[in-house]
Amino acid sequence: MPYVPHTEDEVREMLAVIGVDSVEDLFAEITEDMRPQSFDLPEGLSEMEVLSKLEAMAAKNTINSVSFLGAGFYDHYIPAAVDALTMRGEFYTAYTPYQPEASQGTLQAIFEYQTGVTRLLGMEYANASVYDGGTALYEALMMAVRKTKRRKVIVSEALNPIYRVMLDSYTSNLDIEFVTVPHKDGLTDIPGLKAALDTDTAALLVQNPNFFGSINDFTELFAAAKAVKAVSIISSYPVLQTLLKTPGAMGADIAVAEGQSLGLPLSFGGPYLGIMTCNKEMIRQMPGRIVGRTEDSEGRTGYVLTLQAREQHIRRQKATSNICSNQSLCALRALVHMCALGELGLKRAARISVERAHICAERLTAIPGVKMLTKGAFGNEFAVILPVNAYEVIAKLTERGFVPGFPLGRYFDGLENGLLVACTEKTSEEQIGIFAEMLRGALK
Amino acid sequence: MIPDDLLYAKSHEWVLIEGDIATVGITDFAQEQLGDLTFVELPEVGDTFEAGSEMGSVESVKAASEIYSPVSGEVIEVNESLEDNPEKVNEEPYGDGWLLKFKIKGTPEGLLDADEYATVVESEAH
Repeated sequence: MPYVPHTEDEVREMLAVIGVDSVEDLFAEITEDMRPQSFDLPEGLSEMEVLSKLEAMAAKNTINSVSFLGAGFYDHYIPAAVDALTMRGEFYTAYTPYQPEASQGTLQAIFEYQTGVTRLLGMEYANASVYDGGTALYEALMMAVRKTKRRKVIVSEALNPIYRVMLDSYTSNLDIEFVTVPHKDGLTDIPGLKAALDTDTAALLVQNPNFFGSINDFTELFAAAKAVKAVSIISSYPVLQTLLKTPGAMGADIAVAEGQSLGLPLSFGGPYLGIMTCNKEMIRQMPGRIVGRTEDSEGRTGYVLTLQAREQHIRRQKATSNICSNQSLCALRALVHMCALGELGLKRAARISVERAHICAERLTAIPGVKMLTKGAFGNEFAVILPVNAYEVIAKLTERGFVPGFPLGRYFDGLENGLLVACTEKTSEEQIGIFAEMLRGALK
Repeated sequence: MIPDDLLYAKSHEWVLIEGDIATVGITDFAQEQLGDLTFVELPEVGDTFEAGSEMGSVESVKAASEIYSPVSGEVIEVNESLEDNPEKVNEEPYGDGWLLKFKIKGTPEGLLDADEYATVVESEAH
């Protein structure tokens, strides 16, 4: 289908039907002073001029550094098929057309994306996606608040602090009480979370692996939440999910994830993908679009939006959400990525990433004064405590093309010397070796 | 279709009062306006409501609407068969499609009889 909203001919046709001569006349009701005076746009440029201007701007970016930065966003390899398929004209648009008569391809792709992420997370249902992992977490929290009609939310401090800032911002005008249970030297305080649960609790928010990289099994904690009818919400990391116990197997009611690691480039923070999945009891509270498979009047398989009565175009202020646009193109990238790698490929990417991180941890902690913060099992990310402020090291190494990681002091008081380090299958052992030697030098 | 032996709320719920027990459903007019129901969300046994407060919702292929408690009291039974067969509300709104039962607190107030409710329906149907 064409994505041009209306041609000049169509505009003329529509004006003729309603009996108005021009677009100007259509908006005659809006007085002159209410109209935009100027859009403050520069004069037009030729294609060649625009290109050279944009190239000059793009050249200011640092693009070829070796990065050990993770903190919820990971530089995994993206197969060429992801770009090739998502850039096809049938899909490549900012708009998501949902009319079943015209959009079977798009709807089928979304349905298959939903199927893929539910299998990955071991959950029953998924929506067509939301903006990003943080938004998905906020929407999950609101599902729990609506379902339980309670307002207290227990949050693990080992949840990504970037998400915690987003939750504060999204809920600043809502009647919600957050109870934050501190991390214990980088570990999720499961007994502390359990103790905080009570019959006023709407939701419990945890993350696996947690922000410091630690791997957890929340099965018992989720059972404790169920006992007080609180909703268990887990934020997970899709790539590692092929190796870890799934949210579904742990008994989570809602599992969300930042989908960036499935085929989306880091590109300075977006666009990303908010994956949302839930069990059957929560489906009526799920915000946004959900595509279902059905049959048409002739018995042929077809795909349509389903459960739409929850949505804002029908329920307005009572809708499950009013910020629930789906990231269709990003969801498609995630689908192609999952399909191109397959279960085996995703598992191998995850395994290599974890292996590299363990090699890296060994190399870094062999340096005098560098200690592990992350205790017990970890995946492809871990935290170390340096003998100096992490920002110092980051500044020194970044200058030489190695971004060593994320400074924990940015969000955690008392962890100013903490550095969060991530590896993926793109991280070579050689790079790890150079990084370790550079760090050793920087600490001398 | 507005049975004489029931009382009605302006928000289109019906009530059958037997002693201190009230059986509640939505009216034939309400189910017809909504169209084929796909889901009925009901409160849990033990929940208490004031008359006029929101107690659940019904969802059809074209809309979702809140249902309001026509009386004050405690929920003592909900029609669990609606979870799998919400279409019963369309088929028999005054029979098998009942929603829930209350133990009434105080004296019900502000309910309409069949004739008064018929006037409400007439004004809304146009």
